[in-house]
This record gives sequence, C-alpha cells and structure tokens, in this order.
Amino acid sequence: MNGWDLVHHIGPTIALFVGAGVVLSADMLMPRGDAQQPRSGAPLVMLTLLALVVAGGWALWHANTGTSGPAFEGAIVMDRFALFFIFLLIATTAAVTVASTEWAKDLDLKGEYYALLLVAAGSMSLLAQGNDLILIFVALETTSIVQYVLVGVTRKDRSAEAGIKYLISGAVAAGLMIYGFAFLFGTTGATSLDGIAAFVQDGNEAARLPLTLGFVLVTAGFGFKMAMVPFHGWAPDVYQGGPTPVISFLSVASKAGGFAIALRLFYNGLGGGGTFISEDWAIMFGVFAVASMLFGNLGALVQTDARRLLGYSSIAQAGNVAIGLAAVAAGSTLGPSGVMFFLGTYVATNLGAFFAVMAISERIGSYEIKDYAGVMKRSPVLAGVLMLCLLSLTGIPPTAGFIAKLYVFNGAVQAGEEWLVAVVAIAVVNTAISAFYYLSWVRTMVLEDPAEETTFRATGPMQAMLGLAALGVLFFGLVPAPLISAAQRAAETLAVPLP
Amino acid sequence: MPTLFLFLPAVGALLSLMLPRHREGDARWIALIFSTLAFAVSIVIFIWFDPDQAGYQMIDQFTWINPGRGAFEVQYVVGIDGLSAPLVLLLGLLSVVAVLVSFSVEVRVKEYFAYLLLLETAVAGVFLSLDLIQFFLFWELELLPMYMLISLWGTGRNRYSAMKFLIYTLAGSAFMLVGFLVLGLAGGTFEIAVLTEAPPQDALVPLSLVFWAIMLAFLVKLPVFPFHTWLPDAHTDAPTAVSVMLAGVLLKMGGYGILRIVLPILPDQAHDFRVILAVIAGFSVIYGAVITLQQRDLKRLVAYSSVSHMGYVLLGIAALGSLGLSGAALQMFTHGTITGLLFVMVGLVYERTHTREISEMSGLMHRMPLIGTVMLIAGLASLGLPGLSGFVAELTTFLGAFDAHPAATIAGIFGVVLAAGYILWTVERVFHGPPDEKWAHLTDANRWWEYAAMGSLVIAIVAVGIFPSLLTESIESGIEPIARIFEASA
Repeated sequence: MNGWDLVHHIGPTIALFVGAGVVLSADMLMPRGDAQQPRSGAPLVMLTLLALVVAGGWALWHANTGTSGPAFEGAIVMDRFALFFIFLLIATTAAVTVASTEWAKDLDLKGEYYALLLVAAGSMSLLAQGNDLILIFVALETTSIVQYVLVGVTRKDRSAEAGIKYLISGAVAAGLMIYGFAFLFGTTGATSLDGIAAFVQDGNEAARLPLTLGFVLVTAGFGFKMAMVPFHGWAPDVYQGGPTPVISFLSVASKAGGFAIALRLFYNGLGGGGTFISEDWAIMFGVFAVASMLFGNLGALVQTDARRLLGYSSIAQAGNVAIGLAAVAAGSTLGPSGVMFFLGTYVATNLGAFFAVMAISERIGSYEIKDYAGVMKRSPVLAGVLMLCLLSLTGIPPTAGFIAKLYVFNGAVQAGEEWLVAVVAIAVVNTAISAFYYLSWVRTMVLEDPAEETTFRATGPMQAMLGLAALGVLFFGLVPAPLISAAQRAAETLAVPLP
Repeated sequence: MPTLFLFLPAVGALLSLMLPRHREGDARWIALIFSTLAFAVSIVIFIWFDPDQAGYQMIDQFTWINPGRGAFEVQYVVGIDGLSAPLVLLLGLLSVVAVLVSFSVEVRVKEYFAYLLLLETAVAGVFLSLDLIQFFLFWELELLPMYMLISLWGTGRNRYSAMKFLIYTLAGSAFMLVGFLVLGLAGGTFEIAVLTEAPPQDALVPLSLVFWAIMLAFLVKLPVFPFHTWLPDAHTDAPTAVSVMLAGVLLKMGGYGILRIVLPILPDQAHDFRVILAVIAGFSVIYGAVITLQQRDLKRLVAYSSVSHMGYVLLGIAALGSLGLSGAALQMFTHGTITGLLFVMVGLVYERTHTREISEMSGLMHRMPLIGTVMLIAGLASLGLPGLSGFVAELTTFLGAFDAHPAATIAGIFGVVLAAGYILWTVERVFHGPPDEKWAHLTDANRWWEYAAMGSLVIAIVAVGIFPSLLTESIESGIEPIARIFEASA
C-alpha cells in the first residue's frame, strides 16, 4: 500500500481538514471590516462549501469504484458503512453552513466557525471509519473539543455557560470511555476491533465480567455523543444555551457519529449477535433505550422553551435508535440498517425543525413556545415546515419519521426475543406520550391567535434548506425504499469476515 | 377502482389548499365535487362488486417498499369484498353529507375542507387496505385531520377533547402495531389475505396477548365500556360534519378491524375470549343506554347512544356465527346512516338555537316542522322501528347472538327498550310541548344543502329498511368465509 492509497482511504477527511485550514487562512488574509461595513462572510461560505463538495466528490469516487478495505495497519477501514455516514455528515454540514449564513453575519469569529464545522465533520468522518480503539478515541475527542468551542463560539454568557457544561460532562464521559477501552485492551490484548472480535469469538467465559465492564464504560462515551440516558445530562441545557445553528449541527451530526461508531464497535468488535456476550449488551441497550425514551418524553412534557423541548426530544429519539442497537445485538438482520435508516430520516427531520425554529424565533424574538402562537398565519411556509417536522418526530404518516420508527420496531421484533417485544411496546406507548407535546406545539402555531399580524419569511438560503428538509421528510415517508436499500447495502459491509 | 376512491379526496384536499386566499370560499365547491365524485366511484364499486365471487375483487397491488435482500417488504394492496363494499358506500355517502352540512363554515374554509377530504382518504385507506402495515398507516393518518378539525373548528372544550381523542387512539393503536409486527414475524408476511389463509399457530409472545393488543385498538375505536370516555367529549365539541364522520364511519373502523383482521387471523383466541367480549358488549349496551337517559345536552345524548349501539356490533361479533356477524356488519352500516342523520339534525337545531341544552328547548315542532319530522324518523330508526334500517340489523344481531350468549342478548334487547325511552322522551321534550316565545324567530331547514343532506340519509335509511337485501347479499358474501372458520372449529 503506497502513500497515495493511504491518502485515498481517508480522502474525505483530508479534504475537510484541508478545507478548514484554507478557510482559516482566508479569514486571516481578508481585510478586517469596521462597524459601518462589516466584513462579508460570503467568501468563507463559498470555501466551506467547496471543501464539502470536494469531500463529497471523493466519497462518491469511493462509492463508485468500490474501493474498500483497511488501511494504516487496520486502524481505519473504508467501506460502504463509513461512506453512508460520511455522506450524512457532509449533507448535514452543508445544510447547516447554508442555513446559518444570516446568523453568522453578526459573528466575530466567522472564520473559526466555518473552519470548526469542517473539522467536526472531518473528525466524525474519520470516526465512522475507525477500526481501532486508539483511533476511535482520538477522532471522538477531536470531535468533542471542536464542539465545545463551537457551543461557546458567540462568546455570550449563555453560550459560554453551555460550552462549559458541555465540556465538563464531555470530559467525564471521555474519561469513562478510556477506562472502558483499558478494560477491553487489558482483557483481549488488542486495540484493533478485529483483534477484539477474534478474542470474543473464542468465547472465554472468564473474560465475561471485564468485557462487560469495558463495554458499559465505553458506552458512556458514545452515549454522551448520542444524548442517550444516562449520559444525557448536558442536552437540555446546552440545547437551550448554545447558538441554535451549532445546536442543529450537534443534534444530528453528533448523534449520527455516536451511533456510527457504536454500531461498528459492537457489531464488528464484539461480534454482533451470537457471541457469548451479545445478550448482555443487547439488554444494556434495551435498558438504556427504555430509560431514554421515558426520561426524554416525560421531561419534554413540561418544557416551555422550544430549544429545551427539542433537547428532551433528542434524548427520547436516541432511545428509539438504541432499540435498533439492541436489535443488532439480539441478532436481527434488520438492526443495523434500521439504525442507519432512522438516522438518515432524523437528519432531515431534526434539521428542518431546528432551522424553522431558528428562522421563526429570530423574527418573533423569543424561543418560548407560547410566543409561537399564530405563526401559521404570519408565516405559513416556516410554520408548515416546522409542523411537518414535528409530525415526523412524532411518527405520524405520511412522514419519514413514521416509516423510520416502523422499520426500527419491526427490526426489533424480528430479532425474535420476547423482551424486545416488550421494549417495542414501551416505545410505542412513548410515541403516544410524545404526541402530546409535539402536537401541542403544532396546535399553538396553528390554532392560537398571533400577538401581531405582520407576516414574515425566511431568507433565501434558509428557505432553500427548509424546502430540502421538508422534501426529504415527505420523500422518505412516501418512497423510503432507496434509503432503506442504501442502509442495507452499507450494513452488509459491516460484518467483516473473521480471520 | 379502489385506488381511485382512495386518492380522489386527497387530490381534492391538495387542490383546496392551493386556492388563493381571496377565493377561499371555492374550497366548498372543490370539496363537494371531489366527495361527490368519490361517492359516484363508491356506487360503481358497489354495483360492480360480485357477491357470488369468492375472495377480494378489484385488487390493485404493487410492492410499495421493496428494499430487497429480504428486508421489510410492504405491499400497497387494496381490494373489495363483501365486508368492505357496504362500508365504502357508506363512507362515500357520509362524506358528501359532511361536506354539505359544512357549507356554513366561514373560518379558514380551505384548510377545513382539506382536512375533511384528507379524513375521507384516511378512512377509505383503512377500509380498503389488505396489508397490515398499510392498514396501520391509514389508521394513523386519520389522527391528524381529526385532531385539527376538532381543535380548530370545534366548540366548548375542543382542545381538551381533541387531545383526549388523539391520546386514546394513539395509545390503542400503539399496541396494535406491536401485535401486527409480531403477527408479521410469525406469518412471514403482512398481507392480510395470506395470513387469513394460514393463521399463525404460534408466535414470539402468546397469541392471546397479541389478540388483546390488537383488540384494544379496535375496542377503543368502537368504542365500548370502559374505553368509551373519549367519544362523548369528541362528539360534543366537534363541528357537525366531524360528528357525522366520527359516528358514521370512524367508529366502524373498530368493528371492521375486528371482522377483517382479528377474527380471520386469530380465530382460536377469538373463540376462547368470546364470552368476555359478549359480557363487555352486553354491559356496554346497558351502560350506554342508562347514561344516555341522563344526558341534558342533545349532542352528548346522541354520542352516548352510539356507545350503546356499538355494543350491538360487538355482541354480534362475539356470537361468532354467520347470523350474528352479518347482524354486526349490517348494524355498522345502519348505525352509520342513522346516527349520521341524528348528528346532522342536532347540528341544524344547534345552528338555529345556539344551545344544545334540552331543557331550554320546547315546542320546536311549531317552528321547524321539517327538522322535527326528520329527527323523529332518525330517532325511530335508531330505536329499531320495523320498516327502517335499524330494525333489520338489530333483529339479525339478536337472532344470531341468542344461542351463544343468551344473557348478553337479553341485556341487548333491554337496551332497545331503554333506547325507545331516551329517543322518544328527547323528541318529546325538544319538539313537542308548548312553543317557547324565545324561539319564535327560528326558521325551518331552508337551504338546499340542508335538504340534500337530510334527504340522502333518509332515503338510505328507508331503502335499507324496506329492501335489506340491497346490503345483506354483499354482507353475507363477506361474512361467509369468516363464519366458515368458526363452524369448522366448532
């Protein structure tokens, strides 16, 4: 394997990192603006998008030529599974970049903001490719550090406070995770997932306790990224305090990254369904899923702030995806693709919801849900998109969220475990609970009388992104087959043949 | 053909939404045109339907979700049999009536009619779907329009009622989904026809649990005691057209679901639990009737009478014989027309008096003889007067259920006595008695859409009462395969 091959294997990540460097340099070289004539952010946006296009193109190249396999002594792999998440991350980053142009105009740290978005996307792409504990840790921490800074990027009080909260809980989670890695390494003698897999396949019953301890601790690190109970504590506060565009990025990209690496570690490293410990981690994810759904949904019931509500909603949705992980462990063939399909639709849904909240709240000057009264009259398009996304989060047809939940639940039942049927029963009851707060919000927007009658609309780029999100929510709700197939194909590459 | 019926209203809903603000009123006409077209299609379906031919007819089918590699395949498959044909006809008819009685809606006209048409599509989907997942999709699709219609255009505690409706239905359907997924795993498919051919004998969780999980959704929807409390609230606070749809077709989704899915796919469990179902049914009939007697609000009164009448449906089903099942299916149709008409009349009275308090009304017959007369016809049909459609259905149900569940059937017959009580007493209090001076200014039904709405339903009620064979032929052909399952096992 020559140098080019190595570069080629991590091409998308390199493109994103280089892009970040270019954006930062351009930011330094560009003339400073003054109070009358603030500096335009347009060149930076263009450069950011260019980097994303290059990375996306590179990923497409991989997808078309079918290059796959390990590189860097097996520390990373390039496969369809990684590509699925790389595409998801690039799309998310591009959408957030475009949608936040208006917001970023008033930002001091424009260059840093765009560069950090690119670094976050790049490190998460690397994370999706990670096949070695060390690399996974480095990629995960890079992501985390970038996100701490992003949350505090406006340097306002709330934002900085949220950044600190995020940092502290993140540091604890990372500490637990590395402790878990130590257990895994100590037990199996390997840091590469293939090595761990080989050890687990042998089924050494004496290793059960340390292995179990190891993966419970590792889940702390991933669960933090996913905002899954019991590692969810930061979500409501950070969602409320952080800058909304950053949070919209965090809410989908971070979750996708967390689930990507969890899938790979547990499926590849711990051997999916059928090893002597798979039952243990199936039950662990089942418990976490139930706890997440209950905590998230019950917490969301009493929220009055739109962002805080979305924070709790994000916890609850992590529970839904975790059911998919439990199904993976229990040996359902639909488990991995269920997780991936759910995340794919979740990107469109949650980004749409956040963008709409961003655009509406900017105009009405409040994030309180009661101030959303009558938005449907004042801005039918924005309220319409938000309504659609909330319906999708609830899981009401014909939106993508409905099919996604159906697919994950079906995958869980297919695993053929009675207790998973019980978990699904709890999940569907939670859907009914969540309908209460999602639809109350819809009702406030549609039903109540607005405080003032003036109409408004979002800026051009924002409208384009909202339109795309709405289109995605409806398209994947009516024609889900292409995305399901893509998830299926990607999931198939996950199971690496053992030596 | 069924696909056309399914999507015509949805197209109408989209068109209505696309109207510019200043021509909003035209939504009424769009809705009328599309619901009438759909009604015409439903008549064609009913006429084309051949009762002598076994199995489903006019099937439209393609694979909707086909990701390949053995993953989660969902069919789009719609078809007609003797069970769904009358309900499709009923839906077509009541949708036109619902649009007609909504002509006086003035607030957010285009959204109103869009939701009303979307509701028709959703219910049509439930009646036509022959795949469990597709069935569930339409079952859930019905929630949003109902929620919006009640909470936006309703009166009184409409928000509370809308949310209550939503939560009850969602909680019920939640378990239904689990049941469907387990059945799908056990049977290897979600297609109803295939599952009916070879009912799963064993599943991941005990089939009796699956039975109750699915049954719960249908019992909530029907509704029967103790899952009925959402119904009076939803009815009372909903606009007239929505009450018509709710009583007329939405409640039938429950009975239809039991007949279409539960009985054929889980026959042994249905047989095991038939006594429990009969007890619930008998109790519901009496309980509903007793509560109805105490109502002071005209609309609530009709709503509670529905609880009582839907008890007959469950009673007929619990008999698990061809006569009882036919009675239940027939009762679903006749209750749809009769209670639909009752709600139309209550709506017309309310529009004029602006009160539903029975005690405030008196001698309205003098002011509105036509409304009073039609109300009386509907009432008589509701209490089962021979010659009107209610009689045929109730008689068939009782005949079919008596052998299997004598006690519950006697309770049911006692319910008819109570029904005579509350109906006649109500008509007497509202329409007879000394004319009240404060109602002197009221007018009788005088607009064309009011005539059309009343007329079409009266014709349906009288026609089925005199020529029950219009429906029974179709219903018997739909019931026959289900009844055969139970005769074979008995």
